[in-house]
Amino acid sequence: MPSKTLYEKIWDSHVVHEEAGKPALIYIDRHLIHEGTSPQAFAGLAAEGRKVRRPDLTFAVMDHSVPTTQKDRYLPIVDTGARLQFEALEKNCRETGVRLFDMNSKNQGIVHIIGPELGVTQPGQTIVCGDSHTSTHGAFGTLAFGIGTSEVEHVLATQCLVQSRSKTLHILVHGKRPRGVTAKDIILAIIGKMGISGGTGHVAEYGGEAIRDLSMDGRMTVCNMTIEGGARAGMVAPDETTFQYMEGRPFVPRGKAFDDAVEGWKKLKSDEGAKFDMTVELQASEIAPQVTWGTNPGMVTSVTGRVPEPGAFTDPNDQKATESALKYMGLKAGTPIVDIPVDRVFIGSCTNSRLDDLRAAAHLVAGKHVAVSIKQALIVPGSRGIKAQAESEGLDKIFREAGFEWRDAGCSMCIGMNADVLPPHERSASTSNRNFEGRQGKDSRTHLVSPVMAAAAAIAGHFVDVRQFDVAHIE
Amino acid sequence: MEPFNTHTGMVMPLDRVNVDTDQMVPKQFLKALTRKGFGRILFYDWRYLPGEKPNPEFVLNFPRYEGASVLLARANFGCGSSREHAPWGVKDYGFRVIIAPSYADIFYNNCFKNGILPASLPEEQIEELFQRTEKEEGYMLTVNLPDQTIADRHGLMFRFDIAPSRKEVLLKGLDDIGTSLQHEAEITAYEKAHAATATMYEAVDVQNYSNRQ
Repeated sequence: MPSKTLYEKIWDSHVVHEEAGKPALIYIDRHLIHEGTSPQAFAGLAAEGRKVRRPDLTFAVMDHSVPTTQKDRYLPIVDTGARLQFEALEKNCRETGVRLFDMNSKNQGIVHIIGPELGVTQPGQTIVCGDSHTSTHGAFGTLAFGIGTSEVEHVLATQCLVQSRSKTLHILVHGKRPRGVTAKDIILAIIGKMGISGGTGHVAEYGGEAIRDLSMDGRMTVCNMTIEGGARAGMVAPDETTFQYMEGRPFVPRGKAFDDAVEGWKKLKSDEGAKFDMTVELQASEIAPQVTWGTNPGMVTSVTGRVPEPGAFTDPNDQKATESALKYMGLKAGTPIVDIPVDRVFIGSCTNSRLDDLRAAAHLVAGKHVAVSIKQALIVPGSRGIKAQAESEGLDKIFREAGFEWRDAGCSMCIGMNADVLPPHERSASTSNRNFEGRQGKDSRTHLVSPVMAAAAAIAGHFVDVRQFDVAHIE
Repeated sequence: MEPFNTHTGMVMPLDRVNVDTDQMVPKQFLKALTRKGFGRILFYDWRYLPGEKPNPEFVLNFPRYEGASVLLARANFGCGSSREHAPWGVKDYGFRVIIAPSYADIFYNNCFKNGILPASLPEEQIEELFQRTEKEEGYMLTVNLPDQTIADRHGLMFRFDIAPSRKEVLLKGLDDIGTSLQHEAEITAYEKAHAATATMYEAVDVQNYSNRQ
């Protein structure tokens, strides 16, 4: 038997139909949907008189546009567009029998947070969702990727997807991660090295000691931002860390069924000698806390660095892009990163709103207070489950006492589809995944950082090297 | 889906690398229930000043490119969000063809679901097209999918590569779902053979999850 990568193993076990020279029909084990990219898919299905093939394998949640203040969830939704989408999702799920976690469900949260949290996400599966950050689920050794609405419709109708095999990319992060350096810094450093299109056409598998040492929360952060490096899916082979996380979650088998499942999951790893089309290697010891300075996640540097000169790039297209990014961001080339002041802080999103993220940020801000120059500091837990757990640990109290707002779960200021918008020309320290122009609000300026870096910026009022703080090594 | 064979149209250059789908259709327009009407808001934040006044500095508003149907772009076009609203906007505005050195995977895939041809050419050829578009007002290209060629009226001709299966989808305007449903028996057989993964384990401790309750 030839050696296979993890990706090839999962691919091979999901082929329903394949003809030489054509894309294959692959089976989809779990389909996650949300209000933003599904209404047109359900409408298309209805127009053709087609049915949802496997409502039992389909999970819906309201996340992109939900209000994050408690009172606004009980009141009628004032944003008409959002309200109509919520109503459409509710109606579509009711009519087709798809499970829906609506905004008042105690299990509601960001789609990529609740999948793993509820145990819907399991090793070896194929998972899709009409959202590019579906790559998050790859942390469990699943093949998970984002799709467009037409493909959402295709999966609803067939529980399959037409796909061509991807190339494979091995990303190895060797050695131990230094104190203050988080999963977020690892993935930002990877994107900084590869560029935002370096992984295009590939599925990435992460390995190396620094990845193995990460908790599931950290691995999800890494896989989540895989798409920002161009690769549509990223995965980590499951191990004891994975199995421990899985056990006891609502949709995970129990008892002997669980033990049997684990035996199967243990085989989910790339064989010795398996060939990858490309390999990228980093030393964890060389990674410092990262801060983006531009308008895509590849425009990133260390907190000890400076905003670059356009002339520092050799490609004229990069020079032009840098010039345009600095203008948009209102930054001068040569400015030390730690001299950049921050207006608002956002700790949340499918990248960094899990318990480890909140615990690490709370540890840092305990007994301190948000700087007077900070206009708003938001903590938005990724799910109501995480919110409840954090509250039972007293984290909400720590954040509130430090001057943060403690909100209800949703996508919030990562995408600004609800009321949580970054105003024009204001600058954020944000734990989200995209710093594109207008991402958090029209003309807003986003700097992507880890949760502890965001917390430290909130306390200092500007970016600061988190390694100067007493930072718990749990992030 | 509308089939694509050959298209002749005016070229509009978008001289910027890494154009992400957030720029094509910003978030406030994702609260839609239909696939229609995204052409009017395509590149919204670049295209309009406050009050939806056309921004005269953005290429889409240059009078010379009015009626363009071929979008000439730079590398990694369509990166970021998977929102299919982006290709819906591109198509609804009137573009049938995009020509760029490279595309992000999800956007590239979404184009084929909407009858848009995303053609790829090497950087030097793209550069040549940018120069010709800049020089000649009303610069036109003919994009021939069966022959896989891009030509202008001065004799320039470039060949582009495309996967045969992708080409067929566009040429025939194939409905993916209809094609896949022809494999119904195989899908059912797969589900039977993989009952462990293709079946949902009954959840415990999850309240309020089923609107059938």
